[in-house]
Order: sequence, then C-alpha cells, then structure tokens
Amino acid sequence: MGCGTSVATEKQGETLEQAMKAAVLIQRWYRRYMARLEMRRRYTWNIFQSIEYAGEQDQLQLSSFFTFMLDNFTQLNGNGPDLISQLLDPVVDPWLDRETCYNLIHVPESYTGPRLSFPLSVADTNALLSAFKDQQTLHARYVLQLLYETKKLLKQMPNIVHLSTSYYKEITICGDLHGRLDDLLLIFYKNGLPSAETLYVFNGDFVDRGKKSVEVVILLFAFLLLYPDYMHLNRGNHEDHIMNLRYGFTKEVMQKYKTHGREILQLFQDVFSLLPIATVIDGKILIVHGGISDQTDLDFLSSIERHKVKSALRFPRCSLEHLDISQSCRQTKRTRSTDSSRPSSSRSQNKNQRTPNTRKKRCRLSRQDSAASTSSSSSSSSSSSSLCSPQTPSCLSPHAFPSSPCMPYSVNVLQVPFLDSLSSVPLPSPSQHEQEWKQIVDILWSDPKIQDGCSPNTFRGGGCYFGPDVTQRLLLQHGLQLLIRSHECKQEGYEFCHSGKVITIFSASNYYEEGSNRGAYVKLGRELVPRFYQYQVSRTTRKLTLTQRVRAAEGSALRALKEKLFAHRSELMAGFQQYDQNNTGRVSVCEWALVLESVLRLDLPWRTLRPHLARLAPDGSLEYQSCFEDMGPGIPLPQVTPNLAETLFRYRTDIEIIFNIIDKDHSGLISIEEFRQTWRLFSAHLGVAIDDSAIDDLARSIDFNKDGSIDFTEFLEAFRVVHKLDSKDQQLHEKMDGEKRTG
Amino acid sequence: MAENSKSAEATVLNTKVLKKLKGAFQAFDTKSDNTVDIKEIGTIFYSLGFFPTQADLQKFTSEVEDERSGYIHWDRFLPAMTKVLLEDKFPPISDELLLQAFEVLDKEKRGYLEPEELTNYMTKEGEPFTQEEMDEMLTAFTDEEKKHIYYKDVIPHLTLERKM
Repeated sequence: MGCGTSVATEKQGETLEQAMKAAVLIQRWYRRYMARLEMRRRYTWNIFQSIEYAGEQDQLQLSSFFTFMLDNFTQLNGNGPDLISQLLDPVVDPWLDRETCYNLIHVPESYTGPRLSFPLSVADTNALLSAFKDQQTLHARYVLQLLYETKKLLKQMPNIVHLSTSYYKEITICGDLHGRLDDLLLIFYKNGLPSAETLYVFNGDFVDRGKKSVEVVILLFAFLLLYPDYMHLNRGNHEDHIMNLRYGFTKEVMQKYKTHGREILQLFQDVFSLLPIATVIDGKILIVHGGISDQTDLDFLSSIERHKVKSALRFPRCSLEHLDISQSCRQTKRTRSTDSSRPSSSRSQNKNQRTPNTRKKRCRLSRQDSAASTSSSSSSSSSSSSLCSPQTPSCLSPHAFPSSPCMPYSVNVLQVPFLDSLSSVPLPSPSQHEQEWKQIVDILWSDPKIQDGCSPNTFRGGGCYFGPDVTQRLLLQHGLQLLIRSHECKQEGYEFCHSGKVITIFSASNYYEEGSNRGAYVKLGRELVPRFYQYQVSRTTRKLTLTQRVRAAEGSALRALKEKLFAHRSELMAGFQQYDQNNTGRVSVCEWALVLESVLRLDLPWRTLRPHLARLAPDGSLEYQSCFEDMGPGIPLPQVTPNLAETLFRYRTDIEIIFNIIDKDHSGLISIEEFRQTWRLFSAHLGVAIDDSAIDDLARSIDFNKDGSIDFTEFLEAFRVVHKLDSKDQQLHEKMDGEKRTG
Repeated sequence: MAENSKSAEATVLNTKVLKKLKGAFQAFDTKSDNTVDIKEIGTIFYSLGFFPTQADLQKFTSEVEDERSGYIHWDRFLPAMTKVLLEDKFPPISDELLLQAFEVLDKEKRGYLEPEELTNYMTKEGEPFTQEEMDEMLTAFTDEEKKHIYYKDVIPHLTLERKM
C-alpha cells in the first residue's frame, strides 16, 4: 500500500462518512417537518370536530325557542296572530296519501334528462347515473313520482329489516354520504352497482352538507325501487326535515326546483320518516345509524310506528332539564307562567296530568288561530286503539290516522305542529309516546364512548354516549355479535371500538375539507368477517402533498374557529377584562386560554393554536384584542349597534331556520312586520336586551327598495363576517357586490 | 437562598413545559385513556422541537413502553421526557448545518439535486427513508418544471415556524 492509495482511500472514507452524516441530518430535519405536519393535521381535525359538535348543540337553542313560544302562546298572540299561526300550522300525517299530481306536471320537449318509467328498470337507473355524472337535474315530475313510489314501498317495510347471507353472497355496508355524489359513484365503480351479487346497506345521512344531496338520494331511492331485495336503507339523523332546514338539503331542493320544491320537500319529509331504522344480518349483526342506549329494546322498536317520530328535534320536556340551555328558558317561563288559565303553563308543574278538558281547550285555541283545522278533539279516542296493540307490526296493519292539528300536550311530549311536523296524535299514555321518541332518537343520535355506562349526549342534544358494557349487554340480549354504525367522521373512514364489537363506518371522504379524511365501506361474506375498503375522492388529478392538504384543511378550520371567536366577542372581552383590571389590553397566555375555554367550551389545545389566533407583546403577554382583528362585518349596515351585529351573527343559523319557516313559499322574502316580530321574539327568548328602535331601524334600512319586504338572504349575507386577511374572500365579496348592483 | 430560586425557576419552567408536553401527548391520545401508540413517539418528539435519531427513539421507547403492549402511558412518558429535557439529549440542529448537509451531497455545487440522487442518499444512507417517506419528499420538494430539488428553496419550508 503506497502513500497515494491510502490517502485516496482515506479521503474517500471521509467523503463517504460526510455524506452519511449529511444524509442523517437531512433525514432528521425532514422527519421533524413531517411530524409537525402530522401534529397540525391532528389539531385541525380536533377543531373541526369540536366545532361540529358544538354547532349541533346550538340546535338546542332553537328547540327551546319553540318551547318558549308555545309556553307564551297567548301572550305573544297580541304581537301578531299571523306570525304565530304560521309557525303553528296544521299537521298532515305522513301515513296519509298526499295529493300528488305529478302526472299533471308537463315535461317540456326541451328537457334532455332522464324520463323515468315506472316500475323502474335497469335502463332507468343507468340513465340516472349518466345524467348525474353529466351534471343534469332530474325533472320535478319524475322526482315526485319517484318519491311517491318510494313512499308506497317503504310503508310496507318493517322497522327492522332482516337480511340473510345464505341467499346473497356478500353484503356491502356504507356509512354517511352527506350529499357527496362523487363518493357514491366511486363506491359503485369500485364495488359494483346494486345487484343480486352485490347487496347494499346504506346506513343513513344521505343528505345535508354536500352539494348533491338530491342526486345522491334519488339514486339510492331509484335502486331501492329497482331492487328492493338487494338495496336497503336505514334512516339517519339527517333524514329529518328540521335538520334539513339547517344543514342545506332544503335549500338545495328549493334552488334546484323553484316551482315544485315545496311539494318535493313535503314528500321527502314523509319518505324520511318512513325509512326503516335498523337492519340485522343473519341475526348476528345489527346496523343502525347512530348507536344504542341502555334502554334500547329491539322488540319494542319493531312494534312501534316509526313514522310518528318525524323529527328528533321535537323532544320531550324532561330531557330539556338535563341541559344547561333550558335554564334560561325556564327562568323566563317562571316569570310568565302566572296565568293558570293557559294550559301550557301547567306543563311545568303537572307533567303527568292531562284532562280531556285541557285537550279540548287547546284544540279550540288552535282552531281559532290556524287557518285550516281538520280534526276534532275526539280523534284521541279513535287513535288510542291502534296504538295500544304493540304486537301488531306496523307493516301489517295499514291504518288511516286521523290528522289532528291539536296543540301540544301539557305533558312530557312537546310537539310543535308547524310545517307538517310531528304528527300530534293524542295518546292515552304519554309515556308510551315519549318512549317511542327516545328509542328512535337513541338509535339515530348516540355515540360510543370508552368508559362504561350510558350518559345523555349533551353535545348532540339527543341520544346517549354508550359504553362497552351497554354494547355487550345488548349484543348478548339479542344474540348478536357485532354492531355497525356510522354518524361520526373518522380519519381512516372506519374505526373499531368496544374491543372490536362496534364498527363505525363513514363513507364521505374529505368531509371537513380536501384531504381531511378517507371514506370507507365494509363488506361481509357468509363468514361474517368484516373487510374494509378505503378511498378518497380528490378534486384535482394532480396528487396533493400532505403539506398542501394539511394547509388547506388547517386554513379552513382556523377560519371556522376565528368566526366562533368573533361570534362571542362581547363575552370574551368581558372575560379578558376581568383579568386586565388596569386596562393594559394584555393578559397572560394562560389567562387567555382560560377565558376561551370557559366561554367557548371547546376542548382544544389553545396554547398550541395561539400563534394563529392572537399576537404576543414583546414581553410575552398576549394582546387579546388581536383575536378579533382579522374579522370584520361584510357589508357595513348603517345604524347597527355592535351588540346587535354580534348577536345576529352568532344566531344566524337559527334565524335562518325561523325565516325559512315563515317564508312558506320559499321566495326569500318576508315582510318587515314578520321580521320585526320574529326578531323581538327571538331576542326576548335569548334574554338579549336589544332596543326596539334599533330593530326597526335595521328592518327599514334592509328594505332597500322600500316595498315592505326584506330579502333576508341578502340580509343574512350582510352579517356574514369577512376575514380581512383573506384577499380571496374580499374579491368574492366585491364580485357579489357588483352582481347585486347590476342584477 | 440561591437554591430556592433555582428550584422556583425549575418549577416555573416545568409548568409551561408540562402543558406543552401534555398538549403534544393528548393530540395522540385518541382513546382518551392517557396512553399513546408507541409509533407516535417520534412524531411527538419532533413536534416538540427535538431531533432524535431513530436509534434514540428506539432506546427511549424500550425504556418506557408498557410491557410490550404497544402503548406508552403518560405516567411513564412524563418522567422520561423530563429527563430528556433536563439532559438536553436531542439538541436542535441549526439551519446552517442543514444547508451544509445539502451542499455536501451536491458535490458539483450546482445548487440543486436530482431526484434520483436524493433518493439514493435518503433511502440508502443514514437512517433510510421508507418508500412512502421518499415519495412524499419528492412530491413536496421537486420543482415542477425542471424536475430538480432546489434545496435552498426547500430549507425555508423545513425550518419555517408558523405565525399568525
């Protein structure tokens, strides 16, 4: 070995070693980078989830508002009988056949979409599939006919459908779709269309949130009609007309079907309430949308009339007591319920007492104030007989229920008969009805939890959190081995819990945002061993990096979070100022986090999120005003006090729902008087002190063309907040502004 | 006197850091039972600003794992992490060093690396990347047009701290 070679080898060795060190360094940096990304992805996920669940809790606000209205019915009468009567409309029983004149609807020659012929054939479903892929809309006439036929079919079905794998090779179970047509088409593409070889169970939540709810549900119903033996649908908590008012399905229908939307929606209401609530495979696997409770009784569930629980959001009074929100409600009620002649006031005192006299009184009240009243108080006796026979499955005894627009009971069950809501057939034993309601709501709204036991699901406002012991007990009781449910979004599209006894299956990929989660479906063969298939729909053909996806999702989550902060600005500021007696504008990070925690009640890692939400002063303290800097109102409205603006922003969803109810023809316009009354009512219920003149000024200023009506869609838009730092948003806003001025 | 202030300082440090550790831990405590999957330990470390090697992680994991259950409980995680902090076991690597590292690999000093070169280094040297990690890195950092990895542009991504 000469000098030269050894030096060369040494140098080579050095270089190699250097390269290795360099590689290790880069690898460590990169892994750190990816770890941070993963962290951000998790935090983002947490934000979406907490806001989603908190939003559902807001729903309670609305329901308690209706309770409030009912309790103060007579007093409010003076404020406008028209408004109240609009909100308390006569009821039409979903079991009854509505007058559907779909065959009178003319389909123009120019219509190039599918022309369905009933009974449906494969040609029809193929036509629907290709039409929807091409962004076409099915004509209202066929929608109505489809719904009408679906309703007829569903009436014959039991509450719990039993399937067997001895006849069918494999069964595929899909979870929430939420109007995501792309996901449904992807499932059909990967797994095959429904057929004798490919059985499907769709586990609820077909509509709301996504933009193509109509198309999704039409396809599902079409296949149901085509292959009633191979296609099975369970009801989800979003197959509910009040949820639809809030989460987008109603709006979508009205936008796509301007002339017949209302009719279509009414039929949808009926169909939704007639969907079966559970499916059982081989007597071993139970499939329900939400979950179970410690009171779930499958035999009882088989026997009830499921269509009577039209909406889960009309719940019995006693459940309200579990929840904080009812507190403010009850307080206001106590001051008002001095008038004993009003039957509704007795509810808070005598829950279980109800006399025929009271009932008659109430019915009389309703007749006075509602335009069309088609029943009498004697309806109660005739209906009781059919309800007292729990052994008769509802599918075998088609009965004509008298429609009864009677007012709510003085007992536990609260029913608000508006917009064809809960059919209020008076019951001899109110607890029976309450039980039915609870059993169904538990099935549709419950979530599993890790700890044993069963507690009320206060986040959702209905249903329970059920523990592994509850699952175990139910499975044992009915000889089952597995529970498959949906209702909760999971990052991988599915998740096991309760030691493998519960599967959550979720089929809407990118639910919160592009890249937020995968969708999945589960297949069962004769051996009943679940096999999972995952997928993710992507908007672009180019593969997005994790970075891009995380960034997109994060941005979206943070915006939602900032809006939440903005909506609670006054409360937050009050909280901050408690820690800042000297008005320095600063608090410590800890104090800031404490205030957020207590006001917003969102379980989030505030300290970690801090850099996105608030600024630090040089000394490390937090400048709390900076929380709200990014946000500002959309179109500045004159004479709007900040307090009013904030309240309107916070409750805009609820207000929108109420307006939608008032605006019966869904024209988007309500009268100023109606607006005024509604707002006064709502703010009285909220306990928000708003000057009457401020409301009047606001109402008048919104009526730009001075014709006495408010385009409340525009009005609500005005209270949409703008993220100042988001230039894209500004551009969109300017575009909207421009369109408004020209159009 | 001096001892008191030292311990007081230590306590203050611990509260802040404790919250940070708790936050990082809870992000992965999906079952809400104060345990995290072992596989996430690396992510937790990195997200807290440490730069352990894979070997470091394995050693740490073996010391705190709950009887090979695959999970680590908070009660064992916390003291072990505290030790790591106090002993400054996995100090940060500065960005200058990162730049130098890239320059070492870029023998011809072109200012960029070819995807194949980077792949070679990352998957064969040091503590090799998995195929998935490599794919992700290439997708994220390769310039669309020129198909090169301009590492000077990449470095800010790797080091940038998020701001409001």
